[in-house]
Amino acid sequence: MQSFRASFAGQGGATGALRASGREEGSAAPAAILALLLTILVLATIYIFAARLFLPPAAITSIGLQVDHQYLLTLCATGAVFVLAQLALALTVFRFRDHGQPVRFSRGNIAMEVVWTAATMAVFLGLGMSGRKAWAETRFAAPAADVVQVEVTENQFDYSFRYPGADGKFGRLVPEMISPATGNPLGLDENDPGGKDDIVTASLTVPVNRPVELLIRAQDVIHNFFVRELRLQQDAVPGMIVPLNFTATTIGRYEIVCTQLCGMEHHRMHSYLNVVSDADYRVFLARQAAPQ
Amino acid sequence: MNSAEQPSRDSSERPRGFLRSYVFSVDHKVVGLQYLFLALLAVTAGIILSLLMRLHLAWPEVHLPFVHGGVMLPEQYLALVTMHGTIMVFFVLTTAPQNAFGNYFLPIQIGAPEMAFPRLNSISFWLTCVAFFCLLAAFFVPAGAPISGWTAYTPLSGLGDVTGSGEGAGQTIWIVSILIFCIASILSAVNFISTTIDMRAPGMTLMRMPLTVWAWFVTAILSLLAFCVLLAAGILLLLDRNFGTSFFLPAGLVVNDQLQAHSGGSPLLWQHLFWFFGHPEVYIAILPGMGVVSHVLANFSRKPVFGYKAMALAICAIGFLGFLVWGHHMFVSGMSPYSSLTFSVLTMSIGVPSAIKTFNWVGTIWGGKIQFKTPMLFAVGFVSLFVTGGLSGIFLAQPALDNMLHATYYVVAHFHIVMGVASVFGLFAATYYWFPKMFGRMMNETLAKAHFWLTFAGTYCIFMPMHFIGIVGEPRRYAEFSALDYATALEPLHRFITIAAFVTAAAQLIFFWNFFRSMRRGEKAPINPWNATTLEWITASPPPLDNFNGRYPTVYRGPYEYSVPGATEDFIPQNAAGDETERRPSNDR
Repeated sequence: MQSFRASFAGQGGATGALRASGREEGSAAPAAILALLLTILVLATIYIFAARLFLPPAAITSIGLQVDHQYLLTLCATGAVFVLAQLALALTVFRFRDHGQPVRFSRGNIAMEVVWTAATMAVFLGLGMSGRKAWAETRFAAPAADVVQVEVTENQFDYSFRYPGADGKFGRLVPEMISPATGNPLGLDENDPGGKDDIVTASLTVPVNRPVELLIRAQDVIHNFFVRELRLQQDAVPGMIVPLNFTATTIGRYEIVCTQLCGMEHHRMHSYLNVVSDADYRVFLARQAAPQ
Repeated sequence: MNSAEQPSRDSSERPRGFLRSYVFSVDHKVVGLQYLFLALLAVTAGIILSLLMRLHLAWPEVHLPFVHGGVMLPEQYLALVTMHGTIMVFFVLTTAPQNAFGNYFLPIQIGAPEMAFPRLNSISFWLTCVAFFCLLAAFFVPAGAPISGWTAYTPLSGLGDVTGSGEGAGQTIWIVSILIFCIASILSAVNFISTTIDMRAPGMTLMRMPLTVWAWFVTAILSLLAFCVLLAAGILLLLDRNFGTSFFLPAGLVVNDQLQAHSGGSPLLWQHLFWFFGHPEVYIAILPGMGVVSHVLANFSRKPVFGYKAMALAICAIGFLGFLVWGHHMFVSGMSPYSSLTFSVLTMSIGVPSAIKTFNWVGTIWGGKIQFKTPMLFAVGFVSLFVTGGLSGIFLAQPALDNMLHATYYVVAHFHIVMGVASVFGLFAATYYWFPKMFGRMMNETLAKAHFWLTFAGTYCIFMPMHFIGIVGEPRRYAEFSALDYATALEPLHRFITIAAFVTAAAQLIFFWNFFRSMRRGEKAPINPWNATTLEWITASPPPLDNFNGRYPTVYRGPYEYSVPGATEDFIPQNAAGDETERRPSNDR
């Protein structure tokens, strides 16, 4: 009793900025504006996605299409939650603004907690499971027998692409021999016969509808290889060689960009992926192999 | 300690002299305010840096007054990126939610006179202050501030200035600043944990603690464990750069045609260590805000928190799971793809306690009687922003989709909405809510509301478009987009974002004006202007030196007893004994 009274001594009950009972003046306006802003947020977002205003370019691999499918699935699930949650918030703040109504007292509801926790778990884990395949096929699968192997070397601030040439073998690389000034940017060991027919280019040319394996490496700092149309990117890490597999299904020229901050010219580091017909690919190899 | 014992320091004993009272004060309230003012200074710096960045991105040819030479160089842009991120993440989002408001209100909310280690508390603040000014010094060395981002990936950050401008002295200063900050945070965390465990008033059981206290407590545990790892990683990086070791540097590095004399290290090791810290760090930034939001929603809806126990458990779950998901920053890093799948599953599962909290916030408001004071507006805004930012995380948590979205503007949108906006809304809610208690005066409600509307609309205008820029595939940390074929179509969107950023930044001036003016000239605040239940509202505004003038409360009930059926008032303070239905005698007023 004593401490109860004592705790109220000097309390600003009647003079406090909040009234314990009775209506607060003008609380309809903030409630309405807040609900309106949330509704505008929802409508604008739905419109932008539905009207497909901002899209990446079309995918050029079948796995890329799987990635797109997974993206759409995720968009539908999260989009639904987004719309429902924001509108529920809008509705609640407006409906339960203080207009003199009694409070519907509650400390919680265990049944509801269980239901919405289970539902959330099901949706999230379901999404996670359904996206596994699209990841696995580019990262885990062993390359096919007729795979075209290209080594990608990245440095500040360009890309070099090396083909093994007619002997199918990549020559040995020795860092001490790197010398762009004398035409050896990768440090090819001149004494290694396997490297004599290696082809080095500044852009990546691959045949259409053939499995390609990129062996991605870096010379100085971490870079990245990203082609939007492939729906693939991979960091190039010094000291590692990371394989990346794809099969391009559409002929064309696609931009390769670096997304991993690599220094002052990071924003200029780019190259091109040329997907060409089998015939054009053979011509390309022959032209590169011809003595300069 | 029961209420009959005298506290170790007499409530009338006051430190002598300006230095002891205000500068080196060991009073947790003063330390809290010092952190708050440091964070205000830091956020001003951080915002200025971001406005320079946005100006450059929208209009690259425009001559900028602060930039040496007029037109911003790429290395200057990247230095801004690095310093903006570092200042905001460390000196705003790690200090203000936890150390400003936590220091001020944790002891009071648990009925304690002081933090467990008052002197250590003051040392933590001053170390943080030293770290901040040390960091700023990086701008003033000849080659400028580092360009490796707040994430400082090696080898870019590990070799010295051979990798780029600012990577010499600038990066070293950056590392030293972070190391000092780590030590300050670890010491502070020890204080928070000890205080919460040992110094609760009689009757203040764990399940009667306000959710703000739960949040500060769990955040302190995260802080203790995570900052230790960053401290170690930073020391190793310093050794690599300045003492010839190779923890993070492999053999065969050729930078600028120069072979580097390192071997045996792994760049991925830095990423693992950094993100093992870095992911809990983002929960350190958001959890206190979540606590404040629960607290404020209940107060202004005049209803208990819906599912208090679940909310407390969710805070613990988020904290625990936060240590298991760091690899989702590394899906395309070259880490084993099997690890990526594991981290993906764990990351999806952290969405569950987050969703529980969101449902329970709506459940708290549902059926209430909402008073739309500004703390409430920011708390509701937080919920909306957390929904948006959390949902965009679902995309990033899947490695297959990360192939498209990693290191694009989509990521920038995601983390800004959760950290840069939601977390800051938690700070605004806390500031508007506790200002009367801290300064004994009310803030101007009209200015406060204007600040809210402009900021809520403005921040959505800044960061929603960034999702779309990322979906199209525009990379982040690009000083310019002129080399990118597909970026020209996105230029109008960048200009829109920049204009929104300037308008929103200008709106913050309303807050600053209101804050500093009300400190001196605000209407005098009553003890409990919000008719709130927790212990900070039973003591004077501002509280006396020992928080309760010697009369320490005994706690009899939970923290959110609003509109309890049968009670005479629509709130019951935590220290109110006796039957809740008892009528209070009229001569008590």
